[in-house]
Amino acid sequence: MSEAYAKPLPAPSPVTQPFWDGLREGELRIQRCLDCGQHIFYPRTACHHCLCDRLEWTKASGRGTLYSFTVVRRAMNPAFQADVPYVFAIVELEEGPRVTTNIVNCPLEALRVDMPVKAVYDKVTPEAALLKFEPA
Amino acid sequence: MTLKRAAAITGIAEMRPSPSPDGKSTLGIMVEVAREAILDAGLSPREVDGLLIGPPITEMVPMWPAHVGEYLGIHPRYEDVVDLGGASAAGMAWRAAAAIQAGLCNAVVCVTGEASDVETFYAPRTRRPTQQLPIREFEAPYGPMGVNSGYALIAQRHMHEHGTTSRQRAKIAVDQRTNACANPDALFYGKPLTIEDVLASPLVVDPLHLLEIVRPCTGGAAFVVVSPEIARRSPQTPVWLLGAGECNTGLTLSQYDSITTSPIAVSAPTAFQMAGVAHKDIGLLSVYDCYTITVLITLEDAGFCRKGKGGAFVEEHDLTFTGDLPLNTHGGQLSFGQPGLAGGMSHVTEAVRQLQRRAGQRQVEDLELAFVNGNGGIMSEQASLILGVE
Repeated sequence: MSEAYAKPLPAPSPVTQPFWDGLREGELRIQRCLDCGQHIFYPRTACHHCLCDRLEWTKASGRGTLYSFTVVRRAMNPAFQADVPYVFAIVELEEGPRVTTNIVNCPLEALRVDMPVKAVYDKVTPEAALLKFEPA
Repeated sequence: MTLKRAAAITGIAEMRPSPSPDGKSTLGIMVEVAREAILDAGLSPREVDGLLIGPPITEMVPMWPAHVGEYLGIHPRYEDVVDLGGASAAGMAWRAAAAIQAGLCNAVVCVTGEASDVETFYAPRTRRPTQQLPIREFEAPYGPMGVNSGYALIAQRHMHEHGTTSRQRAKIAVDQRTNACANPDALFYGKPLTIEDVLASPLVVDPLHLLEIVRPCTGGAAFVVVSPEIARRSPQTPVWLLGAGECNTGLTLSQYDSITTSPIAVSAPTAFQMAGVAHKDIGLLSVYDCYTITVLITLEDAGFCRKGKGGAFVEEHDLTFTGDLPLNTHGGQLSFGQPGLAGGMSHVTEAVRQLQRRAGQRQVEDLELAFVNGNGGIMSEQASLILGVE
């Protein structure tokens, strides 16, 4: 791990910090609106369903389905070139919201839209972990 | 309220796309096409009292209207930057008409231009305090391939939901290439294509092949929107704005209600209702085509076929300029080239050119009505127009 991590890293704000902290601790934390009850992702200052600003952090199950995926065969950012072909995807969480992610630990030919997946916490640097998914 | 016949497009200009800038600057291109469009409309600089600019993608400069206006000697009373990505040009057309209808101005020149090439376009651009935009914080760490990967996600899900095939999408690229082969200005003029060619081109972002993806290049375009009074004494056939609609549903794909239905389902019906015309009356479709899937979903959401039936629809119809459903007769951006936001404007200029009977060997016969669609972001920003001649 002597090589520096060259890919873009999140720059958390006070609003989004609990999400990134959760990933580092191996937990998927998302917000829920105390008024309408809907789960929310990405983290916001107010609910985008009803604009209520009373939100709580909850632990999500980490289970979901593969909403859609693509296999990137040419990297736009050179830092990803060594990874091609890699899977760029959207996962729909069991709680409702969708997240942009990578699918890992899955042969490309086994990928199917709507297949069940579960969260993987990829600690890419000592400070940052990314939310990825693998077949459930 | 309506914008029906509030204004007309008279003058147009378009620079022939080229793979690289060849010494041209973005400002240079914008003033060149603006000048030609104003002259085409038969106006002088001081008769132009409105100026709308589509912001160049590779040159983020504050106050573009001031730079362009000063260079051309235009002193606009109505000016703005219309920042809707690929929907900017269609968005400019109705904004100009609304400003004219409100009495703010009488003649608006709408301008786009880009001095760029594939390398410049895809080079990582310095962006200062935007790190905390959600699309950066929650997408960039996962390695998107620009917007290519977003459209690929849409195409993949559309295949899953509706059984759409790559062969069906490829038909769109092939018919548009046939059109480009009748347009000497197209970047891919003289290079006919088959469905097998498209399917044999490398997969870039599954399921999209290289020949389903636009090529960034250098170019520019402009059009002039004028009041009915000016339109009636124009040297060109006035092309009337009959209907317009717009809708935006965000930018970050994970936040959409559905990635396979676009807000064209809102913008297009709005435009059709304003114009009071039916789909069967439309003789030309000039619709944004950054990727093949963009056209397919546009046909569905604009109501030319049922949702999910776009694949079968493009197989059943001949989309060439001699076909039963002429679509993107200039070749579309897939074959004409994508010079920044001027790519989106090419759908407006081609519709005007066709309606004014100035399309040369690719002229569509007996044309009275055209449907134009501008698409920005990742199918999330939509502006639809109905244009017509008397």
